[in-house]
Formats: sequence, C-alpha cells, structure tokens
Amino acid sequence: MIKSLPKSKFYDNGFKIYVVLFYIFLFSPLVITCILAFNDSDFPTLPWNGFSLDWFFSDTEQRVGLFSDSANLKSIWVSIQTAFFVSIFSLVIGTMGAFLFEQEDFRFKQGLYFLALSPLVIPGVILGISLLLATNSAGTFVEENFGFDFSILRPSFWLVVLGQFAFISTFVLLVVSARLKKFDKSLEEAALNLGASRFDVIRLITLPFLRPALIGAGAVAFLMSFENFNTTMFLIGSDTTLPINLYLQVRDGSTPIINAISFLLIISTSILAIINLIFTKKENSR
Amino acid sequence: MNQSLVIESLKKSFGDFKAVDGIDFYVEEGKFFSILGPSGCGKTTLLRMIAGFLEPSSGSIRICGDEMIGISPNKRPVNLVFQNLALFPMMDVGENIAFGLKRQNFSKKEIEEKVKNILEKVHLTGYERKNVSNLSGGQKQRVAIARSLVLEPSILLLDEPLGALDLKLREQMKIELKKLQNEFGTTFIYITHDQSEALVMSDKVAVMNNGKFEQIDTPKNLYANPKTSFVANFVGETNKFEAKLIDDAGVVKTKEGIDFRVNLIDKNIKKDCFVFIRPEAIVMMVEGNMEDMNYFDLSIKTILFDGSNTKVLATLNDTEHEIMVSLPQNRKFAHIKEGEVISAGVHISDCKCYE
Amino acid sequence: MPIFLWLFLLIVLPHIELFLMSLKYENDMGDMVWSLQNYGEFFAEEIYWLTFIRVALYSILVTFLTFVITFPIAFYITKIVSVKYKGFLIILLLMPFWVSELVRVYGWMILLRESGVINYFLQALGLIDKPIEMLYNDVSMIMGLVYTSMLFMVVPLISSLDGMDDSYIEAAHDLGASKIVIFFKIVIPYTAPGIVSGSIVVFMLTLGNYLTPNLMGGKNSLWFTEQIYNQFIASFNWNQGAAFGFLLLILSSFIIWLGLKLTKQNLTKALS
Repeated sequence: MIKSLPKSKFYDNGFKIYVVLFYIFLFSPLVITCILAFNDSDFPTLPWNGFSLDWFFSDTEQRVGLFSDSANLKSIWVSIQTAFFVSIFSLVIGTMGAFLFEQEDFRFKQGLYFLALSPLVIPGVILGISLLLATNSAGTFVEENFGFDFSILRPSFWLVVLGQFAFISTFVLLVVSARLKKFDKSLEEAALNLGASRFDVIRLITLPFLRPALIGAGAVAFLMSFENFNTTMFLIGSDTTLPINLYLQVRDGSTPIINAISFLLIISTSILAIINLIFTKKENSR
Repeated sequence: MNQSLVIESLKKSFGDFKAVDGIDFYVEEGKFFSILGPSGCGKTTLLRMIAGFLEPSSGSIRICGDEMIGISPNKRPVNLVFQNLALFPMMDVGENIAFGLKRQNFSKKEIEEKVKNILEKVHLTGYERKNVSNLSGGQKQRVAIARSLVLEPSILLLDEPLGALDLKLREQMKIELKKLQNEFGTTFIYITHDQSEALVMSDKVAVMNNGKFEQIDTPKNLYANPKTSFVANFVGETNKFEAKLIDDAGVVKTKEGIDFRVNLIDKNIKKDCFVFIRPEAIVMMVEGNMEDMNYFDLSIKTILFDGSNTKVLATLNDTEHEIMVSLPQNRKFAHIKEGEVISAGVHISDCKCYE
Repeated sequence: MPIFLWLFLLIVLPHIELFLMSLKYENDMGDMVWSLQNYGEFFAEEIYWLTFIRVALYSILVTFLTFVITFPIAFYITKIVSVKYKGFLIILLLMPFWVSELVRVYGWMILLRESGVINYFLQALGLIDKPIEMLYNDVSMIMGLVYTSMLFMVVPLISSLDGMDDSYIEAAHDLGASKIVIFFKIVIPYTAPGIVSGSIVVFMLTLGNYLTPNLMGGKNSLWFTEQIYNQFIASFNWNQGAAFGFLLLILSSFIIWLGLKLTKQNLTKALS
C-alpha cells in the first residue's frame, strides 16, 4: 500500500498505469491546442498540413493572425488592466482582512469571518447578477434623486473590477491568513521593545515576513481575474475581456486564432506559475 | 530458556550506505532488551526490519524459531509501538485498542472483555470512551502499549516511545514500562538514544554504532567494563583524555603532559590512545603512595550543586584540562570551596585505556 | 473599516437586493408589485424545476467522480512515489489549472467534436468509417466538469494526506488490518476534512459553472445557470432571473450545509 508495506507487482504496475493515463488525460487538451496553433490549416483540426505561423502573424484576407486582430488584442489589453486593478485592490483589502481576523478580537468576529469567506460558496453567476441588480438599483436611485448618471454603477470596466474584487479578496485573505498564522508575535514585540515604532514594525518585520504570501496571493489574484468568466459575464460593458471575447468566438465557430491565443496563454501562465513556485520554494527554504 | 528472537548476519544497505552492517544477536523469552545508539546508527532500520517494514539486504531473522524473511508485518508475531505512537485520532481509546482484535474476528463480547482487562492493567480503567487527543502524554503512551499488548505478541518492539515526553514524566514512564514488562512477561525490544532509559529498564543492552553492535551486555557490565572506547564514551558520564603510550606495561602521557598508569583494555595499542575515567572513580583528599593508585592535585573551578548528584569541575595539576569529579554528599566534603587545591587519586583499574 | 465596506456593499447588500428583486413582479398593468409570482413560475414550468433537480444531482455526481478519480493520484503522490519525483508531479498536476477554463474546454472541443482530432485518428486507424459526434452530450459535459474541477479536489486531498504520518498505516497493518480496512477505517476518516473541503468547492463550482455545460453539453443538457443567463440577457426578465439566482443560492447553501452536518465539520474550518 505504501513504500514500507508489502505490495504485489500487479498493484504496483496497475497504479503506475493509472497515474500515466491520468496525466495524459490532464494534458491532452492543452497539448493538442498548442500543436494546432501551428498547423497550416483553416480549421483547428488534423490532418497536419505543415508548420505555419500564419495564425500569429499573417494579415491576409483569409487568415487574420492574432497580432493583426485588433478585437482580440484589445480584449487582452482590457483583461490585463482589469487583472492589474483587481489584484492591487484585493491585495490591499485581503491583507487588511487577514490582519483583522488573525490579530484583532472584536464582537461578531465569527459572523464577520463567515461573511468574508462566503464568496467561496456563492456561485460566481449569482454574485454577478446580485451586483448587477444592486448597482442598477443604486444607479437608478442616484439618477432619479440627484439627476446625474453615475457611470460606475452601469455595466462597465470598473464594475467588472469591482465584481471580481468582491470575491478575489477572499482568496487573498485566505493565503495571507495562512502565512500570518505562522507569524511569531514575539518578533513584533521584540521590535517594539527595541524601540521601533508601530509603523516601523509593520514595514520592517511583518511585511517582509508576509512577502512570499503576498506575491503568491497577487499572482493568484491576477490569474483568477484574468480568466474569470462567470461573474464578469453579467457586469461587462463595452470593453470585453479576453475570456468573454474567446467565448463568443468559440461558440460561433472557431478558427485556429483561438489556438494561437490559447498557446500564448498556456505558455505565459506556465512561466508565471513556475516563477511563482521557484520563488516560494526559495523563501520557504530560507 | 527459549529464544524469542535470533538474528544472524543481518545487513541492510541503502545504495552505498550500510545502515545495518552484519549484526548477530539473540533475545531470550521474557527479557527486556534495549538497543542503544546515537541517531543515525541504524537502530531504527534494525527495528523496522524486525517488524517487517523493511526487507533486509541479507541475513536471517527468526522469531520463536520461525524464519521471518519475506513475511509481511501483519503476519509476524510482533507488534510495534511507534515513535509518534500512531494512535488513530478519529477513534476513541477503546476503539484504538479493539482495532487489532476486530481484525482477528473476536466476538464483540470477547473484545469488550479484553479491552477492559488490558486497560485495567495499564491503570486506565474506564477510559474506553475517552478521545485520544484529550489524554496526557503518559496516558497516550500506555494506550499505545495496550493496543499492541492486547494482541499478545511474542515480541513487543518499541521505537523510542518516551522521546516526546518531558523529563519528569520520562522518569516515571521508565519505571512504569519496566513494571508492565514484568507483569506481562512479553519480550520487549526497545530502541533509544537515551542511555539512562536503556540502563534503568533493560535486562540486556546492545550498544550500536555505525550499523554494528559494539557490545551486548547487562547494564551493570556495560557501565563497569565497556569493551570499546565508543561504549566507554557513550554510556555514562566520563572524563576523556587523549594520550600516547610510553610504556607497554601500561603507562601513558596525556596530551596535557600528565603521566597515568592505566588499565589497557585494548591489547594492541600502538601509540595513540584514549583514557577514560568515570567521575565517581576519582577519590578526593587522599594522599600516600599505594602501588595501584595514580595521584594528582585538583584545582576546584566550579561546584555544580545537584543534590545527591553534585559534581565539581576541576583542573588537573597545573594544566588547563578540566575534569568532572563526583562529590559524595557527606560532611567530609562540605567545606570544599572554589579555588581550593585538593589532592586526589584514582585506582589504576579505573583508568581504562582504549585504542 | 474598508473591510466592512467590502463585505456590506459588495456581498451583503447585493444579495439582499437579489432577494428583494426576486419578490417583485410586473403585473398586468405594468406596475411592480410584491409577489411570489416569480417563484410560482419556477414550480409551474416543468422545465425549470426539472433542470434545477438535474443540475443538483449532476453536481453531486461530478463531485463524487472527481473524488474517485483524483484520490488515487493524491495517494500516489503523497505516499507511494519517491520524494524525488513528488515535487515534479505536483507542479505538473497544477499547471493545467493555471490556464483559463475556456482554453481547457476549447481543447476538449477540438479533441472530441465530429471533425475533431480523436475522430481523425480513429478514422485513420480504420476503426470507424464515419466520424462520431462525441461532443454535445451529457457524458462529454460531465467529463468536462470533472476535468475542470479536479484541481480543487486534489489540492486539499494532497495536503491532508501529506499531514498523515505513514506510521498510522503501518500501525494499522501491524495490528492486522487488511488494505481495505486500512483504507476505509484509517485513510478515509483521517482525510475527511480534506475530502469535505474539496467536495464543497467542487460542488459549488460545478453548480455555478456556465462555460462547460454551455459549450460541451448538448441542446438538451440545460444547466440552471444558463436559464438564469437567459432570463437576464435574452428575456430581460431580471425579476425572474433574480428568483432563479436566489433558488440556486439556497440550493448550494443547503447542500453544503448538509454535507458539513453529515460529516460534523465546520465551514470556517473546512475552507481554511
């Protein structure tokens, strides 16, 4: 069963075969997507017609490569901006929340903590429509009573940021809390005892300790925002994010340009994941 | 007397590393046998081979006359008390103890009976429904031992089970374990790096180093007549001198330049050797020139008061070499102060010299 | 203070609004009135509540399948494979999930569909004459959902198995337990917290998934989120949609509560 217990060849090999099959299952859709991005064909399927970079660089009537496709490029840019703001905001609030729930004591703490974790169990679609309804009502209310159109309350770029921020903060909070739990409070006390100010302590002791968690949480927040679909779907204005844009293309028939975008996404997220991993490993081994 | 366990030329290597390097020994039925050694000496590997969690590279393990190589752990008449005890946290005390019995298809009534009896024997009567996480360290210990003993194994293996306890509790558990072993009459094989545990509890102790046994002996002999310099150094407190042999009849000069007449334990010493002198072998305030004594002066540096175990730290003659000397707690030595110089002596036979 | 703003403005208030909106109904005069009519609609139309029940059952099925498929992997990584490969296998396991769900679903689509890669190979090998449509049915949809959810199950499983000392298994074996007994009496109870938190997240994500059922399921594989979407975007009946949303919220909360109750766990503990 485990290394130290007797086991049969059958059990051992059966297990190995299962694991190999599992990993094939795991990677086949991604690998095939990447490969077909370079197929010299008008459809994302086999047969293999030879290697081509058309779906990245071409700019002809029949084939518009990714780098000439302004709609897709724009949606990528919108997604990057969204993810950037969402990760900044949720890092700030999530970290503050982690401090609040880990280090302070106050009435209704349990209830509030429960509330802070609730976005984990609220389906994204519901969060999306709730926010849409609430902001719409608020927007109507403002317009009727004060007579001006408060654009943030209409489906728009900033509403998407707000909606994603609402639940991504929870993930940041969890990651930072986990790290903060391991923090030895006597380090802070020692620093205070040695004459550091409250601000110095946070800047010189606590934040450096949290750094790996903050970087990790930031990366997670960025990716979650970048690929969010469910919540975004209802809050989107005229600036479509990449997942929405891709969805529309996949639904209405596809060209290998989607493979090209997927290839770039797979490569860049893999690199980001590996950097993040190496970074946390380094920090942990210290 | 029957032999519970016989081990012959047992070896285990991990790659190039020889964890257990040719070990032979036997354990008589009903004895408390300890394997004592520093961490990394291979004692856990040896124990896990006896339990069956590791396959030896070569050699033989016989339990009650039956060869055990190739037999899985659950089919061996031995049970292991794990270092971390491995009490199942999702079961209560009674369920933990009943776990093995249930696997042997005892009836419900028998199980209940047996659990009750064993709990009584380990002084935990009525603890059946307690949660294991609410027990104290010593209680957990006893539950773990009861869980194994209830299956009535031929041999109980114990892997440093006292390691996690604090000092006071450890002292208590030592006595408790010894008593339990007497009561049950089961053969115990106990591994530890703590020499006091091994000496107090065991009928016999094997001292292990670098995958080999240095000496197998009674605790008393182990302390009084260590066969190798490793045993002399590892078992009990001692003062160690680096020295050179200057007369084959048994005279050495230490690195600090003091001459000792010594008891040559290793017969084939060339030149470099080590001399070991127990703190209690040194007699204070003696003068004279008896044939079989070494005499020297002690300058008292520090008195380390510890009740009946009080010692002094002193330097020898006019060297800087510090040694430890036991101070009997009687009036005679009450006046000794730091800074004093006192004459002292040690019997030649107590100056043990090894290669 | 910003925490309170976040929680109240973005979490509590919108859900209250969701509830209120679901109780408003446009009557024949075109006026908004308080009414349970939106919920009545749900029970009156068979397709609504049938979909609702179907989605609940399928989500439980997906959660269970995900557990069954990933548990051996988590066990292999934590208990069997040598430490050398462990880190590598874990990275490999996590990598696909950093990539957008849409990309993964798309990958499956080009594999499975009629003109897809698998059909191409099957034809090339001479196993079939005509391409088979493997996409757009319940099986492909469930496979897609399981694939998408695996990460959220395997990570808690790995961490709880990692926290389990091998000596528990050895002790049980030493005390005479068979593999099956060890598995059900020791391993499963020990990893229960990991299983529960993994299951909650997987269930929730499956229930609220839109992309996978929409793109991989057939015309008849309606998912409840799609009906919410239709009410909002296609019919523009926000009040009806709000009622649907609220029902979905109740369903997910209820099943999670039930799961926690049955396994005697606590939400805050299970999630962190």
